Amino acid sequence: MIEDMKQLLVVVLVFIAVPGFPGGANAAPREIPDTMAERMKPCTICHGTEDRAGRDAYYPRIAGKPKGYLFNQLRNFRDGRRYYRPMALLLANASDQYLLEMADYFATLKQPYPPPERTALSPAETRLAEKLIHQGDATRKIPPCVECHGKQLMGTAPFIPGLLGLPRVYLIAQLGAWKTGGLIRGQTPDCMSDIAKQLTHEEINAVAAWLAARPVDGSMDAAESLPVEMAKRCRSIVMGGAPQ
Amino acid sequence: MKLGIGAAVLAGVASIGLGGFTGLAWMAPVPAEAAPAAREAKTGKAILAEQRRARGAYLARAANCMGCHTAQGGRAYAGGRSLSTPFGTFITPNITPDKATGIGQWNEDDFWRAMHEGKSRDGRPLYPAFPYTEYTKVTREDADAIFAHLQALAPVSQKTSPSRINFPYDFQPLLSLWRMVYFKPGTFQPEPDKSAEWNRGAYLVQGLGHCSACHAERDPLGGIRATVGGEAAGGGQIMGTNWYAPSLNGRHEAGTAAWPLEEIIQLLTTGVSQRATTSGPMAEVVSQSLQHLTKADARAMAVYLKSLPESKPTPPVSTPARTEQAEAWLQQGARIYKKQCEDCHGASGEGASGIYPAFAGNRAVTMNPPINAIRSVLNGGYPPSTTGNPRPYGMPPYAQVLSDAEVAQVLSYIRNAWGNRASMVTTPQVDKSRIGIH
Repeated sequence: MIEDMKQLLVVVLVFIAVPGFPGGANAAPREIPDTMAERMKPCTICHGTEDRAGRDAYYPRIAGKPKGYLFNQLRNFRDGRRYYRPMALLLANASDQYLLEMADYFATLKQPYPPPERTALSPAETRLAEKLIHQGDATRKIPPCVECHGKQLMGTAPFIPGLLGLPRVYLIAQLGAWKTGGLIRGQTPDCMSDIAKQLTHEEINAVAAWLAARPVDGSMDAAESLPVEMAKRCRSIVMGGAPQ
Repeated sequence: MKLGIGAAVLAGVASIGLGGFTGLAWMAPVPAEAAPAAREAKTGKAILAEQRRARGAYLARAANCMGCHTAQGGRAYAGGRSLSTPFGTFITPNITPDKATGIGQWNEDDFWRAMHEGKSRDGRPLYPAFPYTEYTKVTREDADAIFAHLQALAPVSQKTSPSRINFPYDFQPLLSLWRMVYFKPGTFQPEPDKSAEWNRGAYLVQGLGHCSACHAERDPLGGIRATVGGEAAGGGQIMGTNWYAPSLNGRHEAGTAAWPLEEIIQLLTTGVSQRATTSGPMAEVVSQSLQHLTKADARAMAVYLKSLPESKPTPPVSTPARTEQAEAWLQQGARIYKKQCEDCHGASGEGASGIYPAFAGNRAVTMNPPINAIRSVLNGGYPPSTTGNPRPYGMPPYAQVLSDAEVAQVLSYIRNAWGNRASMVTTPQVDKSRIGIH
């Protein structure tokens, strides 16, 4: 009896569904998952699991970056403070609320890290990179990278991004953009720009190659807080990047 | 008269506040916005002024003043947005009440003259990048309310950079000549044999909503050939952009005569519907303006749009000749479709209602020129986040994945599969859409 009713129901549904379909296609309606993963397909075409595989290898890893950092970048792209046309077009009419949900989704997304890049650094270059990363250069007011980006270089929650698991060319491009002051418009004080302006091209190349060659282990995590002095120096980032 | 009643009802709704509007609020007889004690303290005049400002805020949404008078990521109404046109780049002015850089020194009459006659405070004629050609139909009462709203904003001190108007259009007498040919101050004339709702919709579409600013064909001098509601309103490429605003009078473009009313309302207020999805400039209009309309106004617009006559001539179906070469081109397209598109849009182009557009029978993909479809493939995008569709699904950008030829192939295939018939898309067409203008 129940089987009969089921069959009848199937027949009825087929008759209702098929003619009503636009274009009269004969395929059954498909279930689209009501998930963020499905909604984020426009992002993951570039920021996918194979993070470096984009045509120009410029698409950075976003999975696991601190939520506040991601939210700020999404708003910066949408509102034109950080200029990248494809991102601006993609996010043009997204609400802050939706951007926050996107940031949350990617911040908590666990993805395996790509294997480290094999970069050829001379011992002198390695020493140069390690000195900047762990000690900085007080004479030029360059703080050690670990000061803000965390001891493990995995970032500091909620606003400072991690530096590992990123392509070398991407790191060079970003440091170059900071150096010319063009990465984020209208951010004052612009601590990262001030630091990058002090770096030479040789130093940028060495640091980027060193970072890209570090293996990332899934147990590594963002640091929890920023040293007071750096929080003060980089208050525009801590305040959220947007003009107040 | 009928219109007057509509406007009075509207004023009641608008004073509830845009944010709190719901279908139920529409039924609420009296807006409960201020504490009783505070309300008693106000004079009747102050209450009226406040209601007028609230109504002005609503009307400014319907007219989407903010859309043009706000730069990307900038302060609302402080101007600075660039509008590129074949006649030059116009920089929209600051219309906050800042005395030095905004319109703080304007009065109601100045504002009315700008809206109705297209003239600045000093009497200079304005360029029609400011759509006074449509705003001229806005009533004095509505213009005054909008002005009251603008004057109540916090003043923003932001100097407007000068527009860069090309020679010879920067020669003022030419503008006066243009105005003589293309512009006549007018008022909205309600049609007495039509319903109050229809007339309200016509007023919103033709006046405040200034739909003709985009959805009309322009001649080379920027004159509108026929406005929405006029006899032969074609669609047109939006000036200075790679977007085509389809005709609201054509069933092969964006005419809605055959649509259920509810679907038109849904598209206007949520940005998506079973038959269409808004993108580009229209997504912006939905996001900033239409989603904020009251149910009654959205419905009135839909009633009017649905009634528009089928006046855009049906284009001859340009079925491409199925030569061997064409078949190979389409087969390439089919392969790309299977790999890149089928997952969301379905093996038979059936889409998923309200989520991913169907392609079979979708005029947005068969329309000529195919520039909107090309843009969608290259740049992707999300429909707007709206109250009715806060977390939209989106289209990935393929500019970095597919070559120009591949985009042309897959679009040619989509335009000629599942019963669709349209011209082939060529590689140069795609290439042209990749560069430059938004």
